[in-house]
Amino acid sequence: MLEFLKHYGLPIHLSTAGPGIDEIIVLIHWLMFILFVGWGTFFIISLVKFRASKNPKADHEGVKSHLSSILEVAVAVVEIVLLIGFAFPIWASRVNDVPTSAEDGAVHIRVIAQQFAWNIHYPGLDGIFGETKVDLVDEEENPIGLDRSSIGGSDDFYTINQMHIPVNRKIRVDLSTKDVIHSFKLPELRVAQDAIPGMSIPVHFEATMTSEEYLQKMADTPRKGKGLEIVCAQLCGLGHYRMKGYLTIDTETDYKSWLDSEAQYLEEYEDDEW
Amino acid sequence: MSSHTHHDEPFYRKYIWSTDHKIIGLQYGFTALFFLLVGFVLMMIMRWQLAYPETPVPIIGGLLGDTGILLPETYNALGVMHGTIMIFLGVVPLAVGAFGNYIVPLQIGAPDMAFPKLNAASYWSYLVGGIVMLASFFTPEGPARAGWTGYPPLSVFEPGQTIWLIGMVFIITSSLLGSINFITTIVQLRAPGLSWMRLPFFVWAQLVTAFLLVLAFPPLESAAVLQLMDRVAGTSFFLPSGLVVSGEILNVSGGGSPLLWQHLFWFLAHPEVYVLILPAMGIVSEVIANNTRKPLWGYKSLVFAAVFLGFMSFIVWAHHMFLTGMGTAMSAFFQTTTMIISIPSVIILSALFISLWGASIRFNTPMLFALAFLPMFGIGGLTGLPLGIGASDIYLHDTYYVIGHFHYVVAPGTIFALFAGIYYWYPKMTGRKMSEAIGKLHFWPSFIFMNGIFMPMFIQGLAGVSRRLWDGGLESAHASGVLQWNEFMSISAWLLGLAQLPFIFNVFYSMKFGEKVDENPWDSTTLEWTAPSPPLPHVNFDNIPEVHREAYEYSVPGRKRDFTPQTVPKKG
Repeated sequence: MLEFLKHYGLPIHLSTAGPGIDEIIVLIHWLMFILFVGWGTFFIISLVKFRASKNPKADHEGVKSHLSSILEVAVAVVEIVLLIGFAFPIWASRVNDVPTSAEDGAVHIRVIAQQFAWNIHYPGLDGIFGETKVDLVDEEENPIGLDRSSIGGSDDFYTINQMHIPVNRKIRVDLSTKDVIHSFKLPELRVAQDAIPGMSIPVHFEATMTSEEYLQKMADTPRKGKGLEIVCAQLCGLGHYRMKGYLTIDTETDYKSWLDSEAQYLEEYEDDEW
Repeated sequence: MSSHTHHDEPFYRKYIWSTDHKIIGLQYGFTALFFLLVGFVLMMIMRWQLAYPETPVPIIGGLLGDTGILLPETYNALGVMHGTIMIFLGVVPLAVGAFGNYIVPLQIGAPDMAFPKLNAASYWSYLVGGIVMLASFFTPEGPARAGWTGYPPLSVFEPGQTIWLIGMVFIITSSLLGSINFITTIVQLRAPGLSWMRLPFFVWAQLVTAFLLVLAFPPLESAAVLQLMDRVAGTSFFLPSGLVVSGEILNVSGGGSPLLWQHLFWFLAHPEVYVLILPAMGIVSEVIANNTRKPLWGYKSLVFAAVFLGFMSFIVWAHHMFLTGMGTAMSAFFQTTTMIISIPSVIILSALFISLWGASIRFNTPMLFALAFLPMFGIGGLTGLPLGIGASDIYLHDTYYVIGHFHYVVAPGTIFALFAGIYYWYPKMTGRKMSEAIGKLHFWPSFIFMNGIFMPMFIQGLAGVSRRLWDGGLESAHASGVLQWNEFMSISAWLLGLAQLPFIFNVFYSMKFGEKVDENPWDSTTLEWTAPSPPLPHVNFDNIPEVHREAYEYSVPGRKRDFTPQTVPKKG
């Protein structure tokens, strides 16, 4: 079934959450398939066998047994198993096991959505996010309203639409939005979460493959050469269709050097300012 | 008695300001069919942009500006209007307003609805709502473009939303007036002897539907008024503080919550799904019982399942909101209720399938549509499962998988059932049958092209392609493997459009030239077939019928005819 679904669209996953989510998608599709084929077979046999030309006189009672109750109970049992065995634990881990940088060594990033871009806010070397304030927002100079003078704020940096993460490390994203509802979706990582105005919602995941490895795997598919993207999955206005960010999954070393280059860039930029 | 007063009525009294449930039913029917066509045409235009992005739209391109290209703002607007028109102005008014109005009083042996004037008010409120919606195309701002779900804050900022909200208030008011009327009518005006368990299943379906409408719509009506206030009176029921929109700090008092709207909206919009599907199941049940020439299998379980379905539909709404940041306990609750509600659906569908066993099936046009409903609704229902379970919804939420799912429920599901109903009850309304040959020319292409449109949506959805994309996924890397389906779906949609021409022709052609039939052309058992065709204005029956039997006494062993109408007295 997984192969079937993959043949019809489902991309390979590259996160630790992927196997669980794909497994439940597969299991549900088995349930759907069995019910549909079961009903379908019964349906077609009935239509052929009981057409008026062949069976001119209907049987008042029809089916006398109540075997269908067994079907209904079976569906209920399968659903209970799906819920308790798969769906609840996945959800619990999704919303409760949010990692922190202190305890789990997770990479902590803030993502602030806006029409029609993703602002990716990194805390810099000190690991502390500076404060952001609405009245400091300047779409050209300071889209997230970062207060450089606040504690931890001086070495923060942010990018627009460029998100880098290291492979095989827990990532925590605190998701918020400046204006309307957006939805932060990484299809290949099986991650999705709405960004709701007025709320900051944690999302966490762990990539199992670098972008480069992924691109190699995709070399012979229509997807060839197209990297990973941050999709906006919730209608957010006229530019919704073109609201996308780019996700790069680096090796630990590459990630470090990217952080360094961003820090250096920030220094040069600050020098220019003065 | 007043049975002859109708002769004195002037034209406008008889056909326009009418209080006769049959005329109101027809008014609803024709208006709703018109809106179905409008909603479908909007989609055919959108599908051009999806198939051939950024190329001028043929034929009507001139209306879209100099380039003839469908721009994102227009695309979003057409999306809103397609959804709004199809659901609130097309399918529900046809299923409830038209069939409910025309058929329910006849099936329960009543002379009219309990409150005829309320009934007329309901239609006129609906019509005003529809005109307001259409008028939005001609305002400087254009129609709403924040999704048919109207999520704030976007809906508070985008143009066109005010008129949409005003239109919605009229439409909702219409449904409230109608549903009160249905409940009262079914409770109070049943013919002597027509006990609850003798009611045709269609009447049960309409009764449950009326309860859903009357209980679920008020929250949306209040929500619509609140959103209207957010737009025009500077309130912020749905707006938190500290928003920055297009570089400007939003100057509102704040303190509101965008999620409040979603809760209120889905508190209606989930039961609304059953408002769409229950009358359809009712129609299909009538047509199947009649054309299998045997009683519905498990009538009682059908009734209890429908009532249970209606009740449960009030506590599943937040499964539309799994990704809004929902905790474990709440998501577990809504996943569980969602799985529970699948059971009565399985019961109803199974009972209808099992009804075919041992039958003597007549494959006439209404039956073809009713039969097609079963597997199509089956696909729609089954594909709801991975969306109702949170873990799989993480990936499939807001993708084309969702679009495929609910369109299977509503388009080849409900709309096919409505077609079945039109072909089935047309002789009652006109005294003539619709042409069978043209009917089949309508059915087969419709069946094929419906699947041609909606089946590939599951493929795109599995690939993760988002809904509501102006470019149909052209810019999205993950859509690259499934883009080729866009053209296929679009062509199917346009061919589906062509396939409706025989139907439109058939409706008008058969009024004049259809085969003339007596009052009970399908050899049916239920009460509406004992009234003359068309039934007498204002009173329906020559005499109020008396009911002696259950609804579907077909092929009872030892009887001469294979059907015994409900009015035939029991011997001894």
